[in-house]
Amino acid sequence: MTTVEQQGNATIEAVRAAVASHGTDRAELIPVLSEVNRAIGYLPTEALEEISRQMRLPKSQVFTVATFYRMLSTEKLGQHVIRFCESAPCHVVGGREVFEALQDALQVEPGQTTPDGKWTLITVSCLGVCGVGPVVMIDDEMYGNVTAAQIPDILARYA
Amino acid sequence: MKTYRSMVLVSGDPASLARGAQEVYRRLQESIIEFGLQDEVSLSMAGDIGRQDVIPLVVVYPEAVVYGPVRPEDARFLVEEHLYKGRVAAGLQAAARELTGRIAWISARKGTLPAEQRIVLERAGLIDPTSLEDAIIHDAYTALGHVLTEMTPPQVIAEITKSGLRGRGGAGFPTGLKWSFVARARSDKKYVICNADESEPGTFKDRLVLEGDPHCIIEAMAIAGYAVGADEGYIYVRGEYQLATERLQTAVQQAREAGILGKNIFSTNFSFDIHIHSGAGAYICGEETALIESIEGKRGEPRARPPYPTTHGLWNKPTLVNNVETLANIPAILRHGADWFRSFGTPSSPGTKVYTILGHVNTTGLIEVPMGITLREVIAIYAKGMKNGATFKLAQTGGSSGSIIPASLQDTPMDFDSFTKAGVSLGSGALLICDDSTCVVDLAKALMNFFRKESCGKCTPCRVGTQRAYQVLQRITEGQGTLKDLEELSALSENLAILSNCGLGQTAGTPLKDILSHFRAEVEAHVRLKVCPTGVCAMQVKEKRGVRV
Repeated sequence: MTTVEQQGNATIEAVRAAVASHGTDRAELIPVLSEVNRAIGYLPTEALEEISRQMRLPKSQVFTVATFYRMLSTEKLGQHVIRFCESAPCHVVGGREVFEALQDALQVEPGQTTPDGKWTLITVSCLGVCGVGPVVMIDDEMYGNVTAAQIPDILARYA
Repeated sequence: MKTYRSMVLVSGDPASLARGAQEVYRRLQESIIEFGLQDEVSLSMAGDIGRQDVIPLVVVYPEAVVYGPVRPEDARFLVEEHLYKGRVAAGLQAAARELTGRIAWISARKGTLPAEQRIVLERAGLIDPTSLEDAIIHDAYTALGHVLTEMTPPQVIAEITKSGLRGRGGAGFPTGLKWSFVARARSDKKYVICNADESEPGTFKDRLVLEGDPHCIIEAMAIAGYAVGADEGYIYVRGEYQLATERLQTAVQQAREAGILGKNIFSTNFSFDIHIHSGAGAYICGEETALIESIEGKRGEPRARPPYPTTHGLWNKPTLVNNVETLANIPAILRHGADWFRSFGTPSSPGTKVYTILGHVNTTGLIEVPMGITLREVIAIYAKGMKNGATFKLAQTGGSSGSIIPASLQDTPMDFDSFTKAGVSLGSGALLICDDSTCVVDLAKALMNFFRKESCGKCTPCRVGTQRAYQVLQRITEGQGTLKDLEELSALSENLAILSNCGLGQTAGTPLKDILSHFRAEVEAHVRLKVCPTGVCAMQVKEKRGVRV
């Protein structure tokens, strides 16, 4: 029970801090959601309800915005999040093979988390560093000119 | 201000940072102090300096020697040799043949290779982007001063109109005309928005401007605000561009402290301030009305138009929305005059264009060249030819929303009108060059996958059409296609173009149309013979991996 309470408190705290730094203006909804998402790692239902309370916005509006943007997640993600760029510029220079290698190593489909909760594999549209494709981003770290053969080594760094 | 004997720049773009540029910078700093050179040598983290295959790059001025890729352990040797002993550090230099057109400002290269013309990226990579002083030494804010003290708003708009500048976001709408629409709209409040939601796959030109020269955008927005009568501006930066966002925040703060933003700028009656709004990941927010919705804290779903943002934009007030690259041209035009600007490019598309070169070529990266050069020139000269001597098959221009251009069209001048005439789109300036190992069906599938995921879902033709087109292409690559599928793709392409609400859906069908008209035989081979001529497609149903949910 205590852990649930503690989690609840941490969520409320994160929302309070975000609202304090951005204010309750409607235009600040996305910045607030982004900040809470960064703090907790995703946007649990309790966080969205708390944001709705503190910013005096209908829950429906908070939920509809939270589910629209790619960088916000309403689901708990794995310990490490792999963002794989599947756009054409990365795709034609070997991205296909890199993605195969990632799937071979993790045995998950895009959007899924490994059963041990360690990895989440997400495909994204573009990470903006197309000059060094194929590009893979793990948490905040960017890997460019990735080859399929490098995947096991790269993953091993996150032991 | 202090003067330095030498200036050292380290490439600080994300790709370089990913390869240890920060550590190189730290070691250089240590070594400069170790040799007691801190009063003679300035060290800065710049934006993207040059080609991405020799990063991190270190450039030493005034000699303009380019080193790369520099490893952290090379830093001390470099400082000792070049800065302390005064000779080029042997073995660390980037090979001369690898230098490309896009670092044309390096004195050693002047006149030796096809020149690049830098207007938009004039200062990027040359100045310390976190230093207002550095920007000012290189002419930042002189155009703003000139405009505020010596020109009336109609004169500014007249000059921009005369320059013939056209929007660089993709559509090529005349900038002066857009400004005059907003200026004419009657309202107590107007806004200027810089569209920095650069999400077109393959395009990162705006990022380089924002990271390398943020003050340029602030200056341009203030000038635009003065011209159209706005006192508030927003820069909408895509969420993934963290470094660009930080640099902009620093620059805005510096400008406020220096009195360049805020009340009564340069002691005139003009006041202007800028907010930075970070996106949260949505390609559609590059569409101007979706971007406005997003700033207002809503889902990024495009509005029905008309009314246009020029009269009913942010909070329903007249709003000017310009792309980063468009704005980056403004200060230079007002500094040098419209006639100077017209001396570059073609009569109907004056100025330069920034292209990102990607794919199967020897040199990928960024160039800024006059409008109207051809794809053949880009591949042969700036991209240094096809990788491994392969044959050029097609180019995909302008990111996902652009066209697939077959080799037969590679001599079409790249400017707005010539491209429109040839039935292709210039788009955002990404040039994805593909050799003959590329399968057009597989490429179209990758593009359609992008659109089905990025469609906002507001209108049915786009939401369902992109999804359906992807399914059909998927089936074809699995060897399950029929000739009827090709008819369906053709119909989907047409319906998307005619029925969709915004530019995303309207252009989503372009790749379908292009592969069917330029590469029909290859597509039919997939369907009739169940063979992928390039061997890329599996031609069988792929097994699903992963956790069953």
